[in-house]
Amino acid sequence: MDLRFTAEESAFRREVQAFLRDNLPDDIHAKMLEHRALSKDEVVRWQRILNARGWATPSWPREWGGPGWNAVQRYIFLDELHQFPAPEPVSFNVSMIGPVIGTFGSEAQKAELLPRIANLDDWWCQGFSEPGAGSDLAALSTSAVRDGGSYVVNGTKMWQGMGHRADWMFTLVRTDATVKKQAGITFLLIDMTSPGVTVQPIITIDGRHEVNTVFLDNVRVPVANRVYEENKGWDVAKFLLGNERTGIARIGMTKYILRRTRKLAAEVSDGDGVVADDPAFQRRCAEIEVELRALEITQLRVLAAMREHSEKPDPRSSILKLKGVELRQAASDLMLRVAGPLALAAEDEFAPPSPTDAPADTEWGSTVAPLYFILRAASIYGGASEVQKNILAQAVLGLPK
Amino acid sequence: MNFDLSEEQTLLRDAIDKLVLKEYSFEQRRKHSRGRGGWSREVWAQLAEQGFLGLPFDEASGGLGYGPVESMLVMEAVGRGLMLEPYLDCVLLAGGVLRAAATSQQLEAWVPPIVSGEQLVVLACGEKQSRYRLDDVATTATAQGEGYRLKGSKIALRHGEAADRFLVSARTSGSRTARDGISLFLVDAGSDGLRQRSYRTQDGLRAIDLMFDEVLVPESHVVGTIGEAASALERGAQSAIAALAAEAVGCMQAMLDLTVDYLKQRKQFGGPISRFQALQHQAAEMLVEVEQARSMAMLAALVLDDDDAAERERTLSAVKALIGRSGRFVAERAVQLHGGIGVTEEAAVGHYFKRLTMIDLQFGDSDFHLSKLAAGGGLIGRAERA
Repeated sequence: MDLRFTAEESAFRREVQAFLRDNLPDDIHAKMLEHRALSKDEVVRWQRILNARGWATPSWPREWGGPGWNAVQRYIFLDELHQFPAPEPVSFNVSMIGPVIGTFGSEAQKAELLPRIANLDDWWCQGFSEPGAGSDLAALSTSAVRDGGSYVVNGTKMWQGMGHRADWMFTLVRTDATVKKQAGITFLLIDMTSPGVTVQPIITIDGRHEVNTVFLDNVRVPVANRVYEENKGWDVAKFLLGNERTGIARIGMTKYILRRTRKLAAEVSDGDGVVADDPAFQRRCAEIEVELRALEITQLRVLAAMREHSEKPDPRSSILKLKGVELRQAASDLMLRVAGPLALAAEDEFAPPSPTDAPADTEWGSTVAPLYFILRAASIYGGASEVQKNILAQAVLGLPK
Repeated sequence: MNFDLSEEQTLLRDAIDKLVLKEYSFEQRRKHSRGRGGWSREVWAQLAEQGFLGLPFDEASGGLGYGPVESMLVMEAVGRGLMLEPYLDCVLLAGGVLRAAATSQQLEAWVPPIVSGEQLVVLACGEKQSRYRLDDVATTATAQGEGYRLKGSKIALRHGEAADRFLVSARTSGSRTARDGISLFLVDAGSDGLRQRSYRTQDGLRAIDLMFDEVLVPESHVVGTIGEAASALERGAQSAIAALAAEAVGCMQAMLDLTVDYLKQRKQFGGPISRFQALQHQAAEMLVEVEQARSMAMLAALVLDDDDAAERERTLSAVKALIGRSGRFVAERAVQLHGGIGVTEEAAVGHYFKRLTMIDLQFGDSDFHLSKLAAGGGLIGRAERA
């Protein structure tokens, strides 16, 4: 047994660190340091910088134009992005639709789409969930009826992350309502500029516009935009959802939140001293760090097993998701407590800036509560914590479904 | 980065697993606990015969020269079988302190009878006021003639009743809580002036408090250098923390297995209770804690030989803090999920519960280690990334 990374792995980590230092634009880094939202332009700019280096698609094999990294390299890369912190490549493109096209797409789809996906020439969003299909995704009811060379699609999709920026949506639709619910689903690619597509914002509890509802009203989708066979879309969905759980614990992100928390605690006044002097704060910090250290080792155990034995998904990934989210939420809660009354003001309320009030050195306070707020979603998306517990109970402990 | 066992380690694990399987069913354990001292001399003899008692000692002193990973494998089996023998106390704890403090001549003289199973040596360091602080030593040792005279008392020596020798910390200089001035003595159990009060422990062992009323110890039984035992005691305690972590993992995995089996076979409301999601989720939460604890037991084994003393101390505090909490969590859930039978003497789960509760209280509970870590700046805040 040995905890150390190999010399090559450590050299790779240093290479990533150096690349981030030299290439992440300062304006983007400044926003990331304060957990602020990025504009579309900023996301595209960074994705293209990564793509120019060949690093925009960490999970892709060389044949798709990816770097061909193994699980450990992918983990190191993501971990460095999270700790720096730098934005991840757009996951809808890189971790979701890219691998689907690479695995299930026709040769024509691969040749046309993969380079555009990597370079963010097309921005993709996910059209899976519906008002009536959340954790029970297979219950989806958006219908697609064949009409000549097209499908005519009707229904409502929900939670489209960055749907308002997207050029395309990959989606699951029902093509056969007469069979078992998983057996009548098809995977379609929909051009967001098609007639009948309407995007409506959903403002989340952090006050931001990230997700949307997408209404599909008699939208015509060419049959050529189907991926894999008709009524075999559930296989594609299962592949997509089981894919790329390497960095699912997001340990580097939690480490960054804790570092920022400790830094703020050393600056925020508390009587004659600072918050960092408070033993209750120190104690809470240590509690989270202890759990995080254990999770880091659990993460490495899963990675080592993937590297040594196979790349197949490990049900222990559910442990990483569950605990990883819990610790990220706990860290953001601690940062909120450090900010205290300075967390009260919301971002918009600082405008318009006036030379006489709104002391600029506490403006960071407006970024703290939104992070805590929106992290409540992390235990809901990507398989809610309750779903992860079902997986552990059933797939690992063998308890009945 | 690699978490696989070597071929040799796999053989060792198979051997100890086989021994536990053969000798430590719950019924056999009950029988062993009624033996002299509350454990089995026969099992101890088998451990000696198969080389387990010599695991951590150098070949020069008759041992096998294995490292912390091998100790971890043995202790996990000890936990799974809820073994009653003094493996932790004699081989890893007293042995760990001896290895850190004694001269090579002393090791060559004192270790072979431990390895062969002829002699049991138990560490006597805790005192009524010291709680978890190894440096808090009120027992005194005063030079007299060709040796030292010990006066004071020690508490909570597991397996002390059966010990042939005690490895005793006593103060030769300095104030009660000073780090310097602590010395170690090897004291024969039959020495004049030694009195003991023996009792049963909550987790099914025997223990003693030990009173030193002017006990004379010859110069030759001063272990290592006078006044410089503090770091050896720390090394011993760190070995014990790593061992307890592995033992806890063995207990926790056994409790999870017992609980899952129980959920599958217990029928209520017309079927097995394993179909209830409220119970499934609790079992899943237990699994998460077992795996987190297992990660920490591995980390403990891998950090134990680290040359960076501060890193070792911080990490082992983190390990013990997590093990204490996760162990108690799993123990409490397992009893709860067993329902009424879980709080009876006849169910194994309650015995694991008691052991895990006591593991938290050995060498610092989770609160103690969290406070220590917190006061030291935590794990992340201090050092920026390597």
